[in-house]
Amino acid sequence: MITPRPEPRLESSPSFALAAVLALAAGGAVVSSQPPQDAAPASPRSQVDLIIGDRVGSQPRFAVPDCLAPGGEPELASAGRILAQVLWDDLDFEREFRMLPRDTYSTVPTARSLTDLPFQAWQELGADGVVSCSVTGLPDGEIRVRARLFNTRSLESAFGVEFAGSLRNARVYAHELSDEIHRQQRGLEGVARSRITFVSDRDSESALGLVENRQTKEVYISDYDGANVQRVTVSRSLNVTPTWSVNGRAVAYTSWRNGPPDVLISHIYEGRLEAPLGGTVDVHNWLPSYSPDGRYIAFTSNRDGNPEVYISRTDGTELRRLTNHPGIDTSPTWSPLGLQIAFTSNRTGSPQIYVVGVDGTGLRRITFESYCDRPTWSPAPYNEIAYASRTGPGYDIKVVDLATNEVRQVTFGLGSNESPSYAANGRHLVFSSDRTGERQLYLIGRDGRGLRRITGTGNNEMPGWSR
Amino acid sequence: MHCSGRRRGAGGGRGPLPRGVVAALALAALVSASCVDNPPPVEPEPTAPPPGAAAVDAPRAERPARDSAARPADPAPPVLVEEDEFTTRSLEEINRDSPLSPVFFGYDSSEIDPEAQAVLQANADVLLQFPTWVVTIEGHCDERGTPEYNLGLGERRALAVRDHLVRLGLPTAQLRTVSYGKEFPFAPGSDEVSWAANRRAHFVITAQ
Repeated sequence: MITPRPEPRLESSPSFALAAVLALAAGGAVVSSQPPQDAAPASPRSQVDLIIGDRVGSQPRFAVPDCLAPGGEPELASAGRILAQVLWDDLDFEREFRMLPRDTYSTVPTARSLTDLPFQAWQELGADGVVSCSVTGLPDGEIRVRARLFNTRSLESAFGVEFAGSLRNARVYAHELSDEIHRQQRGLEGVARSRITFVSDRDSESALGLVENRQTKEVYISDYDGANVQRVTVSRSLNVTPTWSVNGRAVAYTSWRNGPPDVLISHIYEGRLEAPLGGTVDVHNWLPSYSPDGRYIAFTSNRDGNPEVYISRTDGTELRRLTNHPGIDTSPTWSPLGLQIAFTSNRTGSPQIYVVGVDGTGLRRITFESYCDRPTWSPAPYNEIAYASRTGPGYDIKVVDLATNEVRQVTFGLGSNESPSYAANGRHLVFSSDRTGERQLYLIGRDGRGLRRITGTGNNEMPGWSR
Repeated sequence: MHCSGRRRGAGGGRGPLPRGVVAALALAALVSASCVDNPPPVEPEPTAPPPGAAAVDAPRAERPARDSAARPADPAPPVLVEEDEFTTRSLEEINRDSPLSPVFFGYDSSEIDPEAQAVLQANADVLLQFPTWVVTIEGHCDERGTPEYNLGLGERRALAVRDHLVRLGLPTAQLRTVSYGKEFPFAPGSDEVSWAANRRAHFVITAQ
């Protein structure tokens, strides 16, 4: 039989002692054509005055030049370039700003300091806003990052922010800064600090067991943009369908490490592994899905002799059977308020998406296509379900709006596109596609725009996006 | 003619220690067309394929039905594998040259058709002779379904086979199920032959 192995404890924590000092908006705002000063007194300005971009109906244009590295150390300069590029990508991702390409900045002189910018040159380039940042070394080997967002016309600093911490966290500072800019400028909750979990064969080896030529798949986590990949499982077995706990501190997934499939919960920052759903040689559990409040798990189980959907507390108590049909009922996902579950059933002969109340009432069929699976309910404020729909030899990602029952297609026949999962703000999806020949993960807007590939090593599939 | 039915293990004329699995298989195959009573196979040709890796891995579409049908007519089976040999061989060795044949399914189906019923009858005959064996029934799917749904489909296939074997008289304690969805394909291709080979319930002996 398969020998259980200890779960690896992930070493680096995302809560990297973020000594972020948010010196927000009004505190950093200054007047006049003079270069603004850090310590300038706050002028009585409303928040609205600090929103960059006054042309109605057009996106403000932003530039993000390399962060200054006043000390001249190559390491700091490198961190400054990384930070600026990651920030540019993060801001570009939400499509709230029109990002001026970073290779067009050569005509603009380098800033003399964090606050002494060549505003006229930036204006001439067409920038409405410029992010100015600097990276300096601290005595204990850490770095300090300072950033300001300037309005190139009013020459005001919309806000400033400061971080101190490890040089290795340059990407995280950029993500933090991006989320702050989106929040402050657009009232938008960005997802730059969110994370993806997924399955990959990049470290595949032969699985333990009596049958030869079977290759393992393991669970990984990464930043939302595919950087900072870390391996979660080392099980010499098959592991699939990972999903984040609501607080982002655990990953639940389906694992064959003990023989048959069972739902495991890996508390990745504590190095603790749970199997709360009572899996045995005969009772199998798979496809876990957390309720929005994080207290319950919906999952598929064979415990009554047929794949059905169940709900229980995350510790396995309060088990309830949700579906009861001789067909296959599987792939549960929760509505934004946790009052309904969408799932896949083949009760009419082919897999289709259904919705039912968590109390088992109000069953209704949602899709009427040839083959639909892996529903994923959007977070609020949207009320839609993304799923994989057979559109030919393969699948495409589609979204059904539950208010209107209208279906819109997000991908269009390039490879087979499967396993969608929503970002926490509902504006993006991650899915897998084999359009390049290998299966890789992609991000795409819920409107089908802004495609980005985020993996490139091995085959990667079945992604889950953190809340 | 001796009837290879569900009661073989309980009161067959062979006694508790039959001479050989291949002989049993051959006999089962020979008589299955006329003796399996629940329900009788419709076609005359479906019979247990010969044991061995090649047959195990051959999809239904490719299986040389005529050859396997002809084999039981051979009066003297060429190789007699004694039970002693099974007890001395490791699980790895037994599974590499398994006496249990896989059964195959239609697209998105867990229905056990007459051909699969004949295979399961032969497998049941083997398992009834080795009551200490525990066998894991693996449910597998072809690559055309989604990975998530296929986990359920593979489970359904394994459960359907287990339930059928129980109806043939096998104790549930001897049977385990597991679904691997489409994660462990037997044939790597993306064509009808490979898909047919991968829609299967595969038997692995997990305890002697």
